[in-house]
Amino acid sequence: MSIRGKAVIVGAYEHPRREIPDRTLAQIHREVAVGALADAGLTLADVDAYFCDSTTPGFGPISMAEHLGLRVRYVDSTETGGSSYLAHVGHAAAAIAAGKCRVALITLAGRPRTGGLPPGATQRALDTPEAGFEQVGIFGAVTNYALAASRHMHELETTSEQLAWIKVAASEHAQHNPNALLRDVVTVDDVLASPMIADPLHRLDCCVVTDGGGALVVVHPDVARDLGRAGAVVLGHGEAVKHTDAGRIDLTSSAGAQSGAAAFAEAGVTPADIQYASIYDSFTITVLMALEDLGFCERGRGGAFVEDGGLRSPDGRLPFNTDGGGLCSNHPGNRGGMTKVIEAVRQLRGEAHPAVQVPGCELALAHGTGGALSTRHGSATLVLGAWAA
Amino acid sequence: MTGLPAPLPPYNPEAAPFWAGLAEGRVVLPVCDACGHHIWYPRSWCPVCQHESVTWTPVSGRGTVYARTIVHRAMGPWRDAAPYVVAYVELDEGPRLLTNVVTDDPESVRIGDPVEAVFVPVDPAPDGDAPPITTLLRFRPT
Repeated sequence: MSIRGKAVIVGAYEHPRREIPDRTLAQIHREVAVGALADAGLTLADVDAYFCDSTTPGFGPISMAEHLGLRVRYVDSTETGGSSYLAHVGHAAAAIAAGKCRVALITLAGRPRTGGLPPGATQRALDTPEAGFEQVGIFGAVTNYALAASRHMHELETTSEQLAWIKVAASEHAQHNPNALLRDVVTVDDVLASPMIADPLHRLDCCVVTDGGGALVVVHPDVARDLGRAGAVVLGHGEAVKHTDAGRIDLTSSAGAQSGAAAFAEAGVTPADIQYASIYDSFTITVLMALEDLGFCERGRGGAFVEDGGLRSPDGRLPFNTDGGGLCSNHPGNRGGMTKVIEAVRQLRGEAHPAVQVPGCELALAHGTGGALSTRHGSATLVLGAWAA
Repeated sequence: MTGLPAPLPPYNPEAAPFWAGLAEGRVVLPVCDACGHHIWYPRSWCPVCQHESVTWTPVSGRGTVYARTIVHRAMGPWRDAAPYVVAYVELDEGPRLLTNVVTDDPESVRIGDPVEAVFVPVDPAPDGDAPPITTLLRFRPT
């Protein structure tokens, strides 16, 4: 069974704020849930399936069903870090295709900027099996991701200048997003001159830390037709986990190689067909490796692909992250997968900012890399098509 | 010579031969009795081929730097230790270990550099109790 064409994203909502000191996490979950359902023309009473990550308060889907007043017949709290929400879309589509539900709600909320966990911190228990063997002074994700960057530079001759071009393109897009945390356009030199955090990654190679959240509504095509709202039909989904493999890890590729291949195969399209891509951008290296792993360019050619405005919208080789992405706009709860899907939906609806809207955008990709790239992470990829109202 | 915090790791009895080896100044890793892989992090079975038994085997403690970052911004007890090196070291026997390369000159550490094991005493516990783990594994340039 394939999920191709079996479910449609009809609601997408990104919390407009980047600092939310005056709300609980549960309140933010409700705000974004109501926002996405209103976008679709639905209400909480229509929801029969609910999806969330492990940072959701209380017993996750149980507590949120109670808080939101949901009557659900299907729940899923798959946790693959910041890529969770792309996996949730795939799982929702499969559940809808199997007749388990009709209206699936996915929510995310986090407050790392003004409360709760510090940047890059984790709620994972200290009894993770590797804990005793990795007390090496890794703070936040940047140290971890810097290891992969160092190896990619060594083995494949990627440069800091090339990585900086990814941030430059994101900043050029963010200037048009009034809600973006960072709206100033930066240059390659600005990135290289910013303080080194974990060599070879500079401060401007890193995503922002923001409060916020977002939500998606995934429904059966029959429901979508009745609603009459444009959206994004799910054409393909893939997910994969990559880990240290008992000591045999290769740091020059990610699980995106597997998740991307699966999503493209299910959708029956190739990277060359994609008109817009939301690529998880926790760090610049995350984007570069994903582009290679997804097949937008050959391994080792990511640097050449992104330099000189390669990711600029609408005229670059592959318009990406037109909201400014995690690098400039928003990384709610230290988890960027939700906003990746939301901006892809905007593009497919033709509702991105006019300055960065890809003309006639019919086919988009959204990709997430969650967890820690250089030790253990989960990738999830969606291929999405325009769904006319 | 390390200057790095050496916090007591959570004790995992499954890896007791590894910790005991470090206390004697040796690197002892599980080697799969079926497929022969050196397994990192240490486990009592083989996640490569799912064989149920391993033999705890001394290794050379020598290897090369596979990947490295120089941490300039850290937190907690590590803050004052920055800059310091976090690296994957590829042992001569094959496995890649996430570790620290201890050096007074972090900027000099390059991928491909040869390194050797260094055995670091765990920081003393405030209450003076004898810890279940006394020694950590790190590496230094050779």
